[in-house]
Amino acid sequence: MIIKVLGPGCANCKNLERVTREAVDGLGLDATIEKVEDYPTIVGYGVMSTPALVVDERVVVSGRVPSVAQVRELLTTSA
Amino acid sequence: MSLAVRLRPRTPTQRWAGLIAAGLVWVVAYQVNEPFWTWLLGDLAGLDLAGRTGSAALFFAYDTVKIILLLVAIIFVVTLLRSFMSVERTRALLGGRREGVGNVAAAGLGVVTPFCSCSAVPAFIGFVAAGVPIGVTMSFLIASPLVNEIAIGLLFAMFGLGPTLVYVVAGLSIAIVAGWVLGRLGVEKWVEPFVFETRLGGQLIDPSAGLSLDDRVQLGIEEVGSILRRIWPYLLIGIGLGAVIHGWVPTDFFVTYASASNPLGVLVAVLLGIPLYSNAAGIMPLVESLHGAGLPMGTLLAFMMSVVALSLPEMILLRRVLKPQLIAAFAVVVGLGIVAVGYLFNLILAA
Repeated sequence: MIIKVLGPGCANCKNLERVTREAVDGLGLDATIEKVEDYPTIVGYGVMSTPALVVDERVVVSGRVPSVAQVRELLTTSA
Repeated sequence: MSLAVRLRPRTPTQRWAGLIAAGLVWVVAYQVNEPFWTWLLGDLAGLDLAGRTGSAALFFAYDTVKIILLLVAIIFVVTLLRSFMSVERTRALLGGRREGVGNVAAAGLGVVTPFCSCSAVPAFIGFVAAGVPIGVTMSFLIASPLVNEIAIGLLFAMFGLGPTLVYVVAGLSIAIVAGWVLGRLGVEKWVEPFVFETRLGGQLIDPSAGLSLDDRVQLGIEEVGSILRRIWPYLLIGIGLGAVIHGWVPTDFFVTYASASNPLGVLVAVLLGIPLYSNAAGIMPLVESLHGAGLPMGTLLAFMMSVVALSLPEMILLRRVLKPQLIAAFAVVVGLGIVAVGYLFNLILAA
């Protein structure tokens, strides 16, 4: 599973990355987490409100930082 | 686990009971705020509340609690309502609009769309790539910080309907006119070329869709925390200055140096506001303090707008997509608009 955290490096982007790592560790998933900070690529995913979470090239969250429980649920349904 | 997540209700009854209880606590706290501090500082600590130290201390304690209570209520309600809007929906509404009508719509949507200046760059690229004209996009980006719902709520609670309407109408006018002017200048050549080359891919998801009422309540609570954490130094400095003015600065001090008849007053206020950077909610206590010291409302509105709309960090951020010429044009057009609004309202309100 490839997970991407989209965002230019703002406080919320770091929060989203932390939440995602917690969720991945909690589930024991074999996933790589990448950060995407490049604007054309971010907008290329159709995202205009950062931060956003992309799981296997599909945008699942945009414009807010979900809770660890919500990310866990998203990752289980995407897997 | 964050507080907002722990507070999350498990049943609808719990949710309504929680909201009603919070509302009641708020009303009681707001009512007992002044009597409580008068009793604590006057009767218990024995301060002379008519004296300098006493009146400054009372003002500081009372005003800090009052403003925090107001902010909590306003931010919560505004976030709840705004969670039904999103940048994605706004872009869909603006797509295909012509300039003119488009500028008006963009300024109005800029007010109600939840938007953080950290998203200014992706939103700019996204709007332009979707065919929204540059001038219309600029109207949105100017209105968004300039006319802030939290500031609207605070202004209404502190100064009443008149100054609030003045603020909203003036802010919208600046955003509409400045965006339109920038569009007329033919500024496409001053936008970094990669913006036009960006292709929109992927599936657009609307962050406002699929949220339950409990999700929205949780967003509201989180937003209250995140804004208060960000602006508390500004609040304390603003209220602290107010307390000092209350106790020590003679009221005719500002009237002498910055009255409505002083032709340089507005200009100085706008220039002072540029290096300062805060959102509209953070600057409001300072505005209240200075208004109490006799500064005219037009000068204060110009100062506040300059602080929120002309900020160096946001210009540096926008440099990623805009060439320096366009950033300069943006600053000049918006700055002139703010100065004009300041003079106009000093004139109207003084007459």
